[in-house]
Amino acid sequence: MAIAIVILLLVAGSLIFHFASPWWFTPLASNWGTIDDTIEITFWVTGIVFVAVNVFLAYAVYRYRFHKDQRADYEPENKRLEGWLVLGTTLGVAAMLAPGLFVWAKFVTVPEDARLFEAVGQQWFWSFRLPGKDGVLGQTSTELIDEKNPFGINPKDSAGMDDILISSNEMHIPAYHPVKVVLRSKDVLHDFSVPQFRVKMDLVPGIVSYLWFTPTRIGRFELMCQELCGMAHYTMRGHIVVDSQEDYQAWLAQQVTFAQSMQAPAGDLALGKQVYKVCGACHGSEGEGNDNLSAPKLAGQHAWYLKRQLGYFRNKVRGATEKDPYGQQMAAMAATLTDANIQDVSAYIASLPAPANGASPSMANDRGQQLYHNCAYCHGDQGEGKFALNAPALSGQQPAYLKRQLKHFQQQIRGAHQQDTYGNQMVLMSRLLQDEQAVEAVAAYLNSLPAP
Amino acid sequence: MNYTAIADRPDESHHPTTFVTKYIWSQDHKVIAIQYAGTAIFVGLIALVLSGMMRLQLGFPDSFSFINPSDYLQFVTMHGMIMVIYLLTALLLGGFGNYLIPLMLGARDMVFPYLNMLSYWTYLLSVIVLLASFFVPGGPAGAGWTLYPPQSILQGTPGNDMGIIMMLASLGIFIVAFTMGGLNYVTTVLQARAKGMTLMRMPLTIWGIFVATILGLLAFPALLVSAIMMLLDKLVGTSFFMPALVSLGEPLSYQGGSPILFQHLFWFFGHPEVYIVALPAFGMVSDVIATHARKNIFGYRMMVWAIVAIGGLSFLVWAHHMYVSGMNPYFGFFFATTTLIIAVPTALKVYNWVLTLWRGNIHMTLPMMFAIGFIFTFTHGGLTGLFLGNVVVDLPLSDTYFVVGHFHMVMGVSPIMVLFAAIYHWFPKITGRFLNTSLGKLHFWITFLGTYAIYLPMHYLGFLGVPRRYFAMGADYIPESAQTLNASITVSALIVGLAQLVFIANLLWSIFRGQPAGDNPWNATTLEWQTATTPPGHGNWGAELPVVYRWAYDYSVPGVKADFIPQNCPQSAVELVADERAAADVSGERGGPYNEPTA
Amino acid sequence: MNLLHKLTEKPWLAQPEGAELALAEDTSLRFPARTALKFFIAIVSVLFFLFSITFLSRSQFPNFQALAGEPWLPLSHPSQLWFNSGLLLLASVGLELAKRQAARQRVNGLVLALGFAVICSIGFVIGQYLVWLQLSGMGFTISANPANSYFYLLTAVHALHLLGGLLALARLIYLFGERPNLASLQQNLSLCALYWHYLLLLWLFLFTLLAAPADAYRAIAAFCGL
Repeated sequence: MAIAIVILLLVAGSLIFHFASPWWFTPLASNWGTIDDTIEITFWVTGIVFVAVNVFLAYAVYRYRFHKDQRADYEPENKRLEGWLVLGTTLGVAAMLAPGLFVWAKFVTVPEDARLFEAVGQQWFWSFRLPGKDGVLGQTSTELIDEKNPFGINPKDSAGMDDILISSNEMHIPAYHPVKVVLRSKDVLHDFSVPQFRVKMDLVPGIVSYLWFTPTRIGRFELMCQELCGMAHYTMRGHIVVDSQEDYQAWLAQQVTFAQSMQAPAGDLALGKQVYKVCGACHGSEGEGNDNLSAPKLAGQHAWYLKRQLGYFRNKVRGATEKDPYGQQMAAMAATLTDANIQDVSAYIASLPAPANGASPSMANDRGQQLYHNCAYCHGDQGEGKFALNAPALSGQQPAYLKRQLKHFQQQIRGAHQQDTYGNQMVLMSRLLQDEQAVEAVAAYLNSLPAP
Repeated sequence: MNYTAIADRPDESHHPTTFVTKYIWSQDHKVIAIQYAGTAIFVGLIALVLSGMMRLQLGFPDSFSFINPSDYLQFVTMHGMIMVIYLLTALLLGGFGNYLIPLMLGARDMVFPYLNMLSYWTYLLSVIVLLASFFVPGGPAGAGWTLYPPQSILQGTPGNDMGIIMMLASLGIFIVAFTMGGLNYVTTVLQARAKGMTLMRMPLTIWGIFVATILGLLAFPALLVSAIMMLLDKLVGTSFFMPALVSLGEPLSYQGGSPILFQHLFWFFGHPEVYIVALPAFGMVSDVIATHARKNIFGYRMMVWAIVAIGGLSFLVWAHHMYVSGMNPYFGFFFATTTLIIAVPTALKVYNWVLTLWRGNIHMTLPMMFAIGFIFTFTHGGLTGLFLGNVVVDLPLSDTYFVVGHFHMVMGVSPIMVLFAAIYHWFPKITGRFLNTSLGKLHFWITFLGTYAIYLPMHYLGFLGVPRRYFAMGADYIPESAQTLNASITVSALIVGLAQLVFIANLLWSIFRGQPAGDNPWNATTLEWQTATTPPGHGNWGAELPVVYRWAYDYSVPGVKADFIPQNCPQSAVELVADERAAADVSGERGGPYNEPTA
Repeated sequence: MNLLHKLTEKPWLAQPEGAELALAEDTSLRFPARTALKFFIAIVSVLFFLFSITFLSRSQFPNFQALAGEPWLPLSHPSQLWFNSGLLLLASVGLELAKRQAARQRVNGLVLALGFAVICSIGFVIGQYLVWLQLSGMGFTISANPANSYFYLLTAVHALHLLGGLLALARLIYLFGERPNLASLQQNLSLCALYWHYLLLLWLFLFTLLAAPADAYRAIAAFCGL
């Protein structure tokens, strides 16, 4: 008796939840309205069956509840009824399947005028590549991947020279034009998924997969990896920005080609030394840092990281808020630098010998080491930093600086800016250090590691 | 050679005398069944605790410093693997299969009792190896229960070293154990049935277990193949599944392997595995419903054919788990079609359960409540499967919480509802006592309503596009409200988890203090209720093996006085309404009133 | 009574008293171990079928180097493998003879044939191991190429199944020593013989597969649509 009522209530409750739920498909931003239509059909068919079966169940349970004078029917089978039920089910299934297959046929056939771009996945970043003027992506090979050629493009393939490289988690595409995304992975499985576009596909190392869609709405959409790809899977996010034609062209003009990236100047150490004189006032003439002035140690840091951060300071991506007063100071200083200055001074700092760290290894603490375990995937076991993971060196850094930055990440003072390509990951990861002591312990542990 | 009924053949092991041979190194299928069930429930509770930890992190992120992303993924992996393989497969086939096959078929034991014992101890070994992986350096495997390479054996995934090695080893050992057990079940069903027990007179429970075992025997080799090849990739550097890649900045020496090949192998096992769990559940629930509704199962033949058809089709649908895996997209047409076809026999089973209730005389006992709960949850889970099976609908939903909600509903909650129904139903046979009804009702309501409160909202998180296996949600696309919903799911999950303690307590209490039940409390027709003693003694039957005269569903036969006729009751002993013969002749002393436990 | 007929019975219909077909079924021919063995053979076949499918699929990836085809490749003239195949064939024949000797109650012939079969079987395993040594000595190590990996893997798994069979045979002989019963020994030997024949066929299949040239793989893979 009670159970019949409860089942009716559950059916009613499910329907109410369904219609009142704020958790529903996000508004579509691509041509795949047909997918939504198929879902709609599926909902109607399955919804009717759900309600019908359960209402019938509830009624049967109520109507034929035990009664001592009642006797059950004896009916081994009823071929007619079963035949009709099979037929009805088959029709329902066909009603869902047929449109589904029809839409799938569209999905597997890419329109001929679709523009191409490549999404490259690696633990735990995205990067992108456009084919350039020739419309052809250059050949790639995993063996060719190194610091100079992170995409692994074959330099002997002329089609690759004009490929446009976007070493960032953010990709722009023009609106209203079909795009074909070819998917490649450097290491493990990933998945290219933007809820607003509806379609998704795995990236598989060793093969190239694809999907296509036509963006129909201008906006900035989060790209989420949806195939478990290791410890930091949940931080593997990016953005697809759908631009108007003009905005897209303006963005495109700023990007570098593969050829340009291979010829990028190395940075002039002598000029860099000139520029550094100003920096040395706070950061120390040997880049050893100065705790009293809250200036972090720079010696031993990688040039690519310094360059990126200087760029961020200059463009107010970092150090733009009052909550980060030292960052604001740095932003003011960085504002005076040109691109060439940044290139030179980064190279110069990277060439400075890393000073022996102040803290003795005995300060190493178990808790810090244990907590650092998850950080080590990117920053290296010795905190040496890894170019492939865009992770700066941390070893020997001043504890005060590390603590400040970790807190800034936790409070989204740093890393939340849209242009801070890899900062958002640290926002998520920094939260693993849930209390003051944890932050202290990691900072102390890092400080105790020998400088690279 | 003169024929002796197979289970009747003399064998010294059949007459254990000491405690050790009786309860530890026992070759009695009933003891082995209880050993299997006890072990499975024990690891299941561990997996339940793991899921609680996952839910704590998801519901209240940044609150528990003892859960970091590595731990979280390890919890996910171990929870999934334990629940699917070491709990459900082992409990349904090793536990209920072992207990019920000889009893329901009228045999004295399995045909190979020694092998049966070996199967249990090998299973226990696999469980020990699995649990030991919690204590190795790097912790247990953390690549998700699907163990997809390359990541499962690479730096960057927790437990990529000893953890995954021990997981694969444990799976290998489990498969050996399952094969020994499975050969036994299949052979027993084919060869050791009592006289008169034709295939079509077997109860649906046996049909479900039989077909599921065949599926298991043919599907587990795929898992074994992939486990062996992945172990070689990990240990000796072969490149079966490993392409050339750069792992966390380090180029590795692998060359040319195919990760998708692993996925094909895994799901060639993994999809039949769904039915290895589902078919025994289908069978058992059919018998529970028929018994407690006092009505024959509606469309018995159709039910048998559906079990066989589902079993056969389940080998043709595996790639529907891989629509977005990067495999040749044209496979999508084939697998979407086969997948939706399998919905037809499955739907038919649901109709037939409901139609069995129709015009029945439904005793609302605990097994019946769980069975009705099952019909509801299975209908829900089955229908959401139609979303994921249809290839384009899978595109937005794959790898989201919708998938998590769906498979928990269809192969988590539903089989577990049946398991509970089965335990409440057969406990009186196993121990001679009823489980406590009040505690049972409390357990039912919390479990039934609580699990729906957990999994219904998950589907909606999936519609929204929230990815599964995320340690934390982040603040960009995924809205704050998703976090709120997650918190409410966690609260429900913890309540449901705690409610299982009520069940465990009931189980322990009732073994010693439960209300005595008698031989056939539910007035059931099947053979296991017709044993001379309860619990059945060693060898199950007295001097004579039972002889079967009818099918398993002679409930409420018109013109017959009692509302059931046991399978071993000859036509001449059936008391007709007009007949004046003594009631005791109908079915011995078991023709008494339906003996429901008092609350 | 065929299976289809059995499965379309209407079990609820009353059978005429005493004339139940179900009861008349002859149960004396039942031999459960044979049923179990048949299932086991099916399982092993699935196992090797899956290995072979992955092998064929893997053979179509660019870095695959078949072990036979060109004259300098080790399996182009696999004399040792032919020799091993011969040994396994002899083992199979030996068991068949042993079975027949047992049926005729000739214990001496039985022991002779059994010993011969066991020695040939062990010889086969040693022979396979020698091939491994040869191959690895020539630089064809397990991880050097997927074709090599499969060669080692498949031969190892096959040999393990043979060793398992030997174990079962050893148990049989031990039990016979404990309690001599020629009838039951003969019955069980027939199972061993069946298993050995199966392993021989399986080996011939694997031999063909592993020692095929690259073109053959391409043709088969194309045929299977891989």
